[in-house]
Amino acid sequence: MTSLVEQLDVTTTSPNPANNGKNSVKINAWIKSKRYWYWLSLLLPSVPAASAYLAVQSGQGIWLWFTLVMMYAILPVADYIFGTDDANPDDELVNKIKDERYYVYIMYCTTAMHWIALVSMAYVVSHYDWSWLSILGGALSAGVTNGLGLVAAHEMGHKVKDKTQSFCAKLVLACSGYGHFCIEHNKGHHKDVATPEDPASSKFGESIYKFVKREIPGAFRRAWGLELTRLHRRGKSEWSLDNEIIQTFLMTAVAYTLMLAYFGSVMIPFLAIASTYGWWQLTCANYVEHYGLLRQKKENGRYERCQPHHSWNSNHKVSNLITLHLQRHSDHHAHPTRSYQVLRDYDDVPSLPSGYPTMFVLAMIPSAWRAVMDHRVVDWAGGDMNKVNIDPDQTEQVFKRFHQPEVVNNAA
Amino acid sequence: MSKKYECPDCGYIYDEAEGVEHEGYPPRFKWEDLPEDFPCPDCFVREKPDFILVG
Repeated sequence: MTSLVEQLDVTTTSPNPANNGKNSVKINAWIKSKRYWYWLSLLLPSVPAASAYLAVQSGQGIWLWFTLVMMYAILPVADYIFGTDDANPDDELVNKIKDERYYVYIMYCTTAMHWIALVSMAYVVSHYDWSWLSILGGALSAGVTNGLGLVAAHEMGHKVKDKTQSFCAKLVLACSGYGHFCIEHNKGHHKDVATPEDPASSKFGESIYKFVKREIPGAFRRAWGLELTRLHRRGKSEWSLDNEIIQTFLMTAVAYTLMLAYFGSVMIPFLAIASTYGWWQLTCANYVEHYGLLRQKKENGRYERCQPHHSWNSNHKVSNLITLHLQRHSDHHAHPTRSYQVLRDYDDVPSLPSGYPTMFVLAMIPSAWRAVMDHRVVDWAGGDMNKVNIDPDQTEQVFKRFHQPEVVNNAA
Repeated sequence: MSKKYECPDCGYIYDEAEGVEHEGYPPRFKWEDLPEDFPCPDCFVREKPDFILVG
């Protein structure tokens, strides 16, 4: 079966060879040790509980902000210091580890840790006397973790044949009340990625603040439509417990109601901020992952299939361990069912200059984002802006400023 | 006899004898009757025209 898959893999870009011509003993040792380093993915979800404990012990509410410091300051610096990781496992190792349950158990622990993060922060915020500023910090910290919960849900949600992983994906989605994510992402985003029709692919010239207004409602509508179609095919109503979006929203409703009942009315702003900031983290990820990239339409009216060069890739070591190789996005979109431990680095794919934590900060400052990213998109398209997914409100200005017909003509 | 078709990306096999119950295609659902935009129910990035007859 694998050989058929490999024979038919006509991807024009190949993953870089295992070890990439470098010291193979050293690289192999690193790849083997990564099985332990993946536990780092539990680091960020454990920060809210730890920092909340420190806040209580010291009486200093400033500690409730610490997860944000971790996300937006410490991780970018760590990415800068530790650099990139272009090591790929060889075929023998891939076959050995691709289905190893050990890697799934890390995901189950992560699922539990996300609930511990949310409930522990909610408990500390509600049971001690804090200023509103400190409570805001606690809610945003829980939101950062909720965003990372969507990364865990993403990894498990792709394993549709594994019932336990699919269930855990829903459990972790319930933390932030984003129950439609798996349907929207697997069936919607992966199908339409890097096309103007995809509400979860950002367009050239589109700021993240404009993108979010298209992304959040568009993603929900698409998910609901897909689930409605599936249920109708089965002869069921969309308003039933078979609706997987409703199942996950019910988990959220039960958990949030219990927290409201036991922890009091401060849970209303706390949970509202923690969940929507989690969604915002997803918006940031969607924004940076495919900015401006466009799949071409073929003569038969179908888009060319998604290939590694239709996603922005990042190989930064620390943030890749924290996000379970989500940043090896080129391989993920080309082969969505590959597990995180065997996702590969590719040569010659569009690359982000840093990991997601840094890129999220840049995305939130539109002028900085465009200064860093626009020329990368133009280079990717070879100066031909017809090949770019452009915000239709800005097509004229974009062509005037960036299109290089002389380069395009010379290439032709 | 039921036919089988394989997804060229992830190796998923659509077996007419089994169908894909979860997606609303019950056992013995004929390949010919699936819509053209039927996506692989595992990876979702290949559609019916991409599948290969394997048995």
